[in-house]
Amino acid sequence: MALNRREFLKISAGSGILLASDLSPSLASEPKSLPPEAVGILYDATLCIGCKSCMVNCKKYNSMPKGALEQEYGEIPYEYQSDLQIYDAPIDLSAKTLNIIKTYTNGTGLNKDQEIDGFSFVKQHCLHCVDPACVSVCPVAALFKNPVNGIVGYDKDKCIGCRYCQVACPFQIPKFEFESANPKIVKCQLCRHRYAEGKYAACCEFCPTGASIFGKVTELKAEAANRLAAQPGTEYAYPVKTVDSAEKSVRKVSGYVDHVYGLTEAGGTQYMLMSGVPFANLGFNPAINDQAYPDITWSYIKKVPVLIVALLTAGTVIHLKTKNRKEKSTKGESGQE
Amino acid sequence: MKPGHEIKLWTLNTTCLVIFIIVGIIGMGYRLIHGLGAVTNLNDLYPWGFWLGFDVLGGVAMAAGGFIIACAVYIFNWEKYKPISRPAILTAFLGYLMAVVALFLDIGHPFRLWHPTIMWQVHSVMWVVAIHVILYTTTLAIESSPMLLEKTGMKTTLKLVNKIMIGAVIFGVMLSTLHQASLGAVFLIAPSKMSPLWYTHFLPYMFLISAVAMGMAMVSTEAMLSAKAFNHKIDREIFSGLALGTFRTLALYLALKVFFLLKNAGLAPLMDNTLESGMYLFEVILGIVAPLLLLANKKGRTDLSNIMLANTLVIAGVLINRLNVCLFSMDQYAVTKGYGYFPSIMELLITLGVVSLGIFIFKLAARYLPLFAKV
Ligand code: SF4
Ligand code: SF4
Ligand code: SF4
Repeated sequence: MALNRREFLKISAGSGILLASDLSPSLASEPKSLPPEAVGILYDATLCIGCKSCMVNCKKYNSMPKGALEQEYGEIPYEYQSDLQIYDAPIDLSAKTLNIIKTYTNGTGLNKDQEIDGFSFVKQHCLHCVDPACVSVCPVAALFKNPVNGIVGYDKDKCIGCRYCQVACPFQIPKFEFESANPKIVKCQLCRHRYAEGKYAACCEFCPTGASIFGKVTELKAEAANRLAAQPGTEYAYPVKTVDSAEKSVRKVSGYVDHVYGLTEAGGTQYMLMSGVPFANLGFNPAINDQAYPDITWSYIKKVPVLIVALLTAGTVIHLKTKNRKEKSTKGESGQE
Repeated sequence: MKPGHEIKLWTLNTTCLVIFIIVGIIGMGYRLIHGLGAVTNLNDLYPWGFWLGFDVLGGVAMAAGGFIIACAVYIFNWEKYKPISRPAILTAFLGYLMAVVALFLDIGHPFRLWHPTIMWQVHSVMWVVAIHVILYTTTLAIESSPMLLEKTGMKTTLKLVNKIMIGAVIFGVMLSTLHQASLGAVFLIAPSKMSPLWYTHFLPYMFLISAVAMGMAMVSTEAMLSAKAFNHKIDREIFSGLALGTFRTLALYLALKVFFLLKNAGLAPLMDNTLESGMYLFEVILGIVAPLLLLANKKGRTDLSNIMLANTLVIAGVLINRLNVCLFSMDQYAVTKGYGYFPSIMELLITLGVVSLGIFIFKLAARYLPLFAKV
């Protein structure tokens, strides 16, 4: 009998730990396949011009009601406080910035998308992992993965602010409002408030070049495979804004490193990246491998019910076995008592 | 018999404790009103700091003495340890209380500390830990309650407690064993951030084994201190027994440490002159190798001042280990991203307040309750 993690919970709660421990050897964690209607983003660094329109619009549309940056008083959270809040220049993801364009440069930095003497942009935000570490560690399920579209969302009213998600996320995405007495975790939620209204991620809607496109993960993967297969120098019609868009931007393929980041990393993600420069140069921790992180912890947690029963039994047995010794010794030592 | 009544409560030390407690409470109030950023140096790359590494992980490790002694007296029925069981269990209770206070302050929403009890999430080690803390603190309260009940003369309740005592103890030992291990399991999720000097899939059991060594050192130290302070005699055999136990556990711990070092990291990261390698060597040499040498022969295990020194080293070593795992093992990772961390004065002062509160309560108990009474 195979159990998934949720059934395990029900059994542990309903029938007591004894029963659960009988079953636990056959416990299996939930299958980590992509949700049926999974949506995500494909970012192509070779198309990105670094205009940061995605950043500006991310902040604008997420500051609106129900957005991931929604503020108590409704204003846009700028990185720098001043009376004239007319520009914003974040240097990293933060509790005020969900999405950021960063630049890689090397040597003369003249050639776009080349590792040596070149430069490249990279767009950083939550990758909406297929089996997210952040969701698995949150003790109160304040972070959750939508079972249908796979978006990793956050419920600020449940969160206790333990910041375990920050420790767990291999991509260092969740940020915390340390400065607030009523703090939240802040991270990209793939514009789920807009998706619920039939719209899609603001960063893709306002990307002029097709560098960021939104769509079903299966279609994004197919698109990425096509791009990798295209010969550098040939013309390619890149869809703009969404993967199935009629609007195309036709230009020459400039060549990619032979990998789509996110296909397998950390068990797979719904945000995928393509680039002309190796991903380790773009700030991705090379220590991240293809293992789904929650599995590591689960292999410990699933032993817990067994350990509980084993320890209780061992304790009782030893207590009873050694009781005689106690009786003897109390008699012997009774003089001292 | 009324032991403890010769203890002076209002000494210079106690006055200092009370001052620290007051300063700590003011700091706590400030933190509750102004948030974590106002009092701590925590940041997005160092989301967990001194409070978690020292107060919570350290406090719980120090409380290991409670389950060691409960295990020895009630489960293995080793009667000779009985005279020191009450102070050890009380210390454990206070250690946990300290951890809970620190957790309360450390989480972003202190008044949501109870959320895990109704919002279940079995995949999270943190949830498992939270439930353990709640259950075990309750168990320790029950285990410590006979003193209070004897004192206040609540006979019927006392009888009831004595009846469930053995059950409570076995339950408590189970909880606490798992809890020590689970605290190590908290860090299993961060293989790509932690230094291989500490990261291993065996981390939960490393925490457990080191907690056992720490527990024995704690019990022995407490017994020695209280014997001195309260002028009562304690069987020497207790100390040499505990010293032998500490020695054996440490030997196993060192063997595992070396094994995992060679397996996961190799020797290269030890020579790289980073904060991490320095802290690792510090922890292993000071906290494991040195006490092992001190306790290596029989003579060393009968000399009280030698045992005392070894105990101090073991305790310090495990505390450093917890700080290492929680903080320094991720330092390189944070540094490459341009961040660092050092506890703020306020973090240290509040910790001092929390620790002082624990010591103060212990003193009160020693003064007014039959803490060292023969049982
Ligand atoms: S990238 Fe990090 S925050 Fe985003 S889903 Fe994955 S683990 Fe969670
Ligand atoms: S900080 Fe909040 S969202 Fe993150 S793990 Fe803790 S409770 Fe969950
Ligand atoms: S809007 Fe598009 S082109 Fe502009 S910076 Fe963002 S991803 Fe690059």
